[in-house]
Amino acid sequence: MADTKQANTAVHPSEAEGVAREPLVLNHRSLGWITDRICGIVENRQPFIWWVLFVPSVLGFLCLVFSLVYLVSTGVGVWGMNHPVAWGWDIVNFVFWIGIGHAGTLISAILFLTRQKWRTGVNRASEAMTLFAVMCAGIFPGFHVGRFWMVWFLAPIPNSNGIWQNFKSPLLWDVFAVSTYFTVSVIFWYIGLIPDLATLRDRAAGLKKKLYGFFALGWRGGNRQWRHYEMAYLILAALSTPLVLSVHSVVSFDFATSIVPGWHTTIFPPYFVAGAIFGGFAMVLTLMLPVRKLYGLEDLITAKHIDNMAKIILLTGTIVGYAYIMELFISYYSANPFETDAFHLRILSGPYTWAYYCMFFCNVIAPQVFWFKWSRHNLWMVFIIVNFVNFGMWFERFVIIPTSLARDFLPGQWGYYSASWVEKLLFGGSFGMFMMLFLLFIRFLPVIAASEVKGVLPESDPHYHDWKHLREKRRNAGK
Amino acid sequence: MSDSSSSSSEIFGYVAEFSSASDLYHAAEKVRDAGFRRWDVHTPFPIHGMDHAMGLGKSWLSAIVLCGGLTGSFTALVLQFFTQVTLYPTVVQDKPTNLFTVPAFFPVTFELTILLSAFATVLGLFTLIMLPRWNHPLFNSSLFAKFSNDGFLMVIEARDPKFKREKTKELLQEIGAGKVEEVNY
Repeated sequence: MADTKQANTAVHPSEAEGVAREPLVLNHRSLGWITDRICGIVENRQPFIWWVLFVPSVLGFLCLVFSLVYLVSTGVGVWGMNHPVAWGWDIVNFVFWIGIGHAGTLISAILFLTRQKWRTGVNRASEAMTLFAVMCAGIFPGFHVGRFWMVWFLAPIPNSNGIWQNFKSPLLWDVFAVSTYFTVSVIFWYIGLIPDLATLRDRAAGLKKKLYGFFALGWRGGNRQWRHYEMAYLILAALSTPLVLSVHSVVSFDFATSIVPGWHTTIFPPYFVAGAIFGGFAMVLTLMLPVRKLYGLEDLITAKHIDNMAKIILLTGTIVGYAYIMELFISYYSANPFETDAFHLRILSGPYTWAYYCMFFCNVIAPQVFWFKWSRHNLWMVFIIVNFVNFGMWFERFVIIPTSLARDFLPGQWGYYSASWVEKLLFGGSFGMFMMLFLLFIRFLPVIAASEVKGVLPESDPHYHDWKHLREKRRNAGK
Repeated sequence: MSDSSSSSSEIFGYVAEFSSASDLYHAAEKVRDAGFRRWDVHTPFPIHGMDHAMGLGKSWLSAIVLCGGLTGSFTALVLQFFTQVTLYPTVVQDKPTNLFTVPAFFPVTFELTILLSAFATVLGLFTLIMLPRWNHPLFNSSLFAKFSNDGFLMVIEARDPKFKREKTKELLQEIGAGKVEEVNY
C-alpha cells in the first residue's frame, strides 16, 4: 500500500494530478518546435493581412510627418490650444502613449521579480510595444515646446547664455524620467533579444546571417555567459521596477504639483500608475490577440495568458475606479470651494461632462465583465472590452487635462477647447507610426522570447528526468 | 590523431552533445569533479543550478552596478546643487535655493541613479562575458550551431591542462555524450 502511494507521488510537480498548474506551453511542444515556430514568423513570407495593415500604417506615419512639418513651418497656432487651455490633445496624447508603455515594463520586470513564469510568452512583444509607445509619446511634448529646434535646452549642457535648467520643476523631472525610461527599456529589450538573435543567426545564411550575427554580438550560450547574463537580467528587472513606478508618478507630478483645481491632488501618483498599467495591458491584448491568431501561436500564448492579463485589467481598472470615486469624495470632503466646483463642473454642469461619463463607463463599468470566467475565455469579448479600455484611458487624460484648465479659478478665464484638424491628424498619425513600428518588429525580430519560453518547459528543469527515473524505479520495485 | 580531419590546424577542443538538460547537468558535475578548468556547457536557455554543477560562484556583476548607481546619484546631486544653488539660482514660487532645495532634487537623482546603473549593467555584462566577439573557433563546428535551437552541448578546450586528445573524448562518451566532434582553429 505504502509503495503504491509513493509511486504516485514520484511525479514531477508540473505533471502531478490535482496540484498541477496549467502548462505554459500546450501540447508538449519540443524545443525545436518552439524555435521553428517563432523564427518561422521572421523567415517566412508575411501573410497578406500584414500588408493590409502595413500600408495604411505607413500612410498614417506620413500623415504624422506632414502634420509636424505643417506645424513647424506655420507655427503652434495651428493647434487648437489657446488661453486658458494651454495643454490640450498634445499632453493628453503624451500621457496616453507613455501610459501604454507601462504594461511592457510591468510584464518584463515586475512579473520577472515575482517569478510569474507566464510572462515569457508575452514579454518580448510588450517590451517592443513599450518602446514604440514611448517614441510616440516623446513627439508630443517635444513639439509642444514651440521651437522644436531648441529642444536641446532641456538637457543640462553648458551653453553660451550661461542659463541652467530649473531642477525644481516637475517638467524637467519628466524629461529625465521619460528619457531614462526609454533608455533603460531599450537596454532591457536588447539584452533579452541577444540569445534569440543568435538563434536567428544560426538559422540564416548570407547577408541575413551577417546582420543578425552582428547584433547577436557573437553569443555562444555558454553557462559562463549565462550566469552573468541572468544576473544582468535580474538587475535590470530590479532597476526597471521602481523606474516604471516612478515614471508615471513623475508624469502625474506635472499636474499634482500645480495649484489648478482638479489637478492639485495627492492621489495622482498611484492613480496614474494603476491607470497606466491598466491601459497598457489593454494595448498588449489588442496587439497580441490578432498576432496570436495570425501566426498560430496559440500553444505559446495560451488561454491562461489571456486570462491572467484580463484579471490584471480587472484589478487595475477597479483601482482606477476607486481613484475616480475617491477624487470626488475628497473634493467634497475638503470643503475647498474651488475643488468642489471643479468636480461639480466635471461630473454635472460643465461642458465636458460627456467625456467624464464616457471615461467612467469604459474604464470602470466595462472591465467588470472580467469577473466572469467565460468572458476572459471568449476572445471576441476580451478584444471588445480591451478596446473600451483603450478608448476610456484616452478619455481619462482628456478629462483630467483640458477640462480642469477650461474652468480655472476665475469665471472670466473660462473657455472651451476643441482640437484642430492638425492635432487630430497628428494623433491619428501617431497610431500609424506605432502600428508601422510594431509590424516591422514582427517582420524582423522574434516576437516571442524563445530562449525564455524554452527555459520554463518542465523538461528544462535539470531534475525532470530524475523524477522520471525515480517513478520507473518505484514502479518496477512495486512489481 | 587518426580522427583529426585537418592535421595541419591546431585543435581547439571537443564539442559533445547530450540528450537533455538533466543529462548535461549530471555530466557537468562529473567534469567538474574530474578537475577540468577550461570547459563550458552551451545551452539554448540557462539551466537552473548549472552554476553549482559546474562549480561556479555568484556573478560579481552586482558590484559593478553598485558603482554605476553611486556614480549616478553623486553626479545628479552635484549637477543639481551647483547649478541651482551656486551657478544659476532660479527663484520660482518662492521655493528656496539653498540646502533646503535638496528634496526637489530627488526625482532627477533617482532617475540618473537608475540610468547609470543600467549602463553599468550592460557594460559590466559585456566585459564579464567578453562580448562582442564575432569570431570564435566554436563557430567552425557544425554541431555547435545546435546550441541556439535544442542542443545541450559541452565544450572542453584543448588549453585545459587535463586535456588529452583521445582520453578526453572517451571521458565525454563515458559520461553520456552522444556525438563528439573535434573543433579546430
